Amino acid sequence: MEQLGEGQEAEAPAATRDIEQDERYRRLVTTRSRFGWRLTIAMLVIYFGYILLIAFEPHILARPLGSGVTSLGIPLGLGVIVAGIVLTAVYVRRANKVFDRDLDALRKDYGA
Amino acid sequence: MSRLPITRAALIALALGWPAVAAADALTGQTEQQAANWPAILMFSAFVFATLGITRWAAGRVRSASDFYTAGGGITGFQNGLAIAGDYMSAASFLGISAQIFADGYDGLIYSTGFLVGWPILLFLLAERLRNLGRYTFADVASFRFAQTPVRLFAAFSTLAVVLFYLIAQMVGAGQLIKLLFGLPYTYAVLIVGALMTCYVLFGGMVATTWVQIIKAVMLLGCASFMAFAVLWNFGFSPEALFAKAVEIKTGIAAAGGASPDEAAAKGLSIMGPGGFIKDPLSAISFGMALMFGTAGLPHILMRFFTVPDAKEARKSVLWATGWIGYFYILTFIIGFGAITFVASNPDYLMPDGTLKGGGNMAAIHLATAIGGDIFLGIVSAVAFATILAVVAGLTLSGASAVSHDIYASVVKKGAANSADELRVSRYTVPVLALIAIILGIAFEKQNVAFMVSLAFALAASGNFPVLVMSLLWDGCTTRGVVIGGFVGVLLALVLTILSPAIWEAVLGYEGAPFPYSSPTIFSMTAAFLTIWLVSLADKSGRAAVDRAGYPAQRVRAETGIGAAGASDH
Repeated sequence: MEQLGEGQEAEAPAATRDIEQDERYRRLVTTRSRFGWRLTIAMLVIYFGYILLIAFEPHILARPLGSGVTSLGIPLGLGVIVAGIVLTAVYVRRANKVFDRDLDALRKDYGA
Repeated sequence: MSRLPITRAALIALALGWPAVAAADALTGQTEQQAANWPAILMFSAFVFATLGITRWAAGRVRSASDFYTAGGGITGFQNGLAIAGDYMSAASFLGISAQIFADGYDGLIYSTGFLVGWPILLFLLAERLRNLGRYTFADVASFRFAQTPVRLFAAFSTLAVVLFYLIAQMVGAGQLIKLLFGLPYTYAVLIVGALMTCYVLFGGMVATTWVQIIKAVMLLGCASFMAFAVLWNFGFSPEALFAKAVEIKTGIAAAGGASPDEAAAKGLSIMGPGGFIKDPLSAISFGMALMFGTAGLPHILMRFFTVPDAKEARKSVLWATGWIGYFYILTFIIGFGAITFVASNPDYLMPDGTLKGGGNMAAIHLATAIGGDIFLGIVSAVAFATILAVVAGLTLSGASAVSHDIYASVVKKGAANSADELRVSRYTVPVLALIAIILGIAFEKQNVAFMVSLAFALAASGNFPVLVMSLLWDGCTTRGVVIGGFVGVLLALVLTILSPAIWEAVLGYEGAPFPYSSPTIFSMTAAFLTIWLVSLADKSGRAAVDRAGYPAQRVRAETGIGAAGASDH
């Protein structure tokens, strides 16, 4: 028989089953993963929206704002960078405030 | 202590060798090499002394494999965020992106956005789970519930492939930079980088590597902030005035090159929008995918998540890193446009044919002279060189851990290696990797740095990223699936790159590249995900049953950290 991964040695299956049955664990995992995927999709839409604009309609990005030379592409490009930072901050804020509190309760009960 | 003689020798070479070499080159008429720049040499020597001091201090703290790989897990989120930013703000970013903006304007921003947006994805899907499951390398996570030998072999292979291409890019960048700044031949520069980075990694392990990275990140951010501030100050803090002047100068250059007034005006304005960088829509999307998902598969970046004590600190470190990196890219955008206005029309920085002295990558370096004279040039050059050195150290550490932890401890010794033996194998591996990096750095002297970096990203996006995502998030995933799928992704990315115009036509000299696009990722990453999925579905082996049965335990630990040993417990 091939050797097992680290997890199979370290974890007693019974404890896993107990946690998995715990309503609080299920709620935490569902909420957090839904939140993570929503933010992931938001980032993908923003970035690939920008890339598709570059790929198919580059002249829109080159169009000047107002009477100067500053083009629409500059606030949009910098906006993608800022959006990345903001989405990261949104996730960390919620994780620090909400997810960690729920997680601490679980960890206390299951001795970790 | 055995490390000091090596260092002293390097420093003596540094202090004595360069002016002599520069004089010799002046005699032979190699005008692109400049005379020794003393402020740069002093600044650089100060950095080297300081970092070697840290290495010495750190060496006393590296007693176990855990100290060596992950600094014993004792790095805080803020420190790790700076170190990650340091790993990521490589010379390719600082010199390459500002040079891209200097040449084509807006196109450089496309690179910057792609390099940044991988971080949120890494945080939302992987960072905390990585910390909860792994100890030293990402392979700990990828192989968590799978058969160790095949998954570790895949992980070591793909880690070494990514690390080597990234290393070549950094070595080539270092050589070119030193050649310009210190009047030192390319080969010497590559040797010095190789020797110093061996010292840091060999003796100081992750503790020294992290602190070198933090110091360098602070220096680089400080310099870039000052340069961007000086540029904006010159234009009364009006970006519009900066852009208008840049357009005016590009128009003037085009007109001087014989373009009609209308053509020249169009050429000048072209720097404000996407240009020739994106050749066709498919390449644009594929390239975007490589940058975004490659970030989440770079082994030396993933390894940084094991240096913090828990998932919470891992999360914080991504926020810090993303903030610093984003700020840095906004600075490079200003610096690139500043270089157009200060450098592009100034004959002091140009060769007779109108190209930049020292090659296209030197735009930011010349801007430093224009802003702060030789002293500031010295500071910025030293920072740029320190940047390369620090990134190379991080990459080498990651490559060494793939050999010692994934191949030696997990495959050869079947997980029964003791910490001291594992540490010894790492230390043997470091000089070997340094030697390979030096040889490849010399062999690839003429290669385009940005291309090598994008290849490293394509490989990481096509191998490590799909393997990690599928093994973490899909219960049906099996050993056979991740190993075959991972290899398919990495090899397809390599083969398609060889068949693409950049290698097939530009390097090999054939005509009509079979693969017409500039980035393989849209095909190779998709192929990896599909292969993992299909092979796992079809896998009816006994091992597959064990793999699937292992998912709940893996998931509980990934989500909660329950059962995860703190990296600092040893």
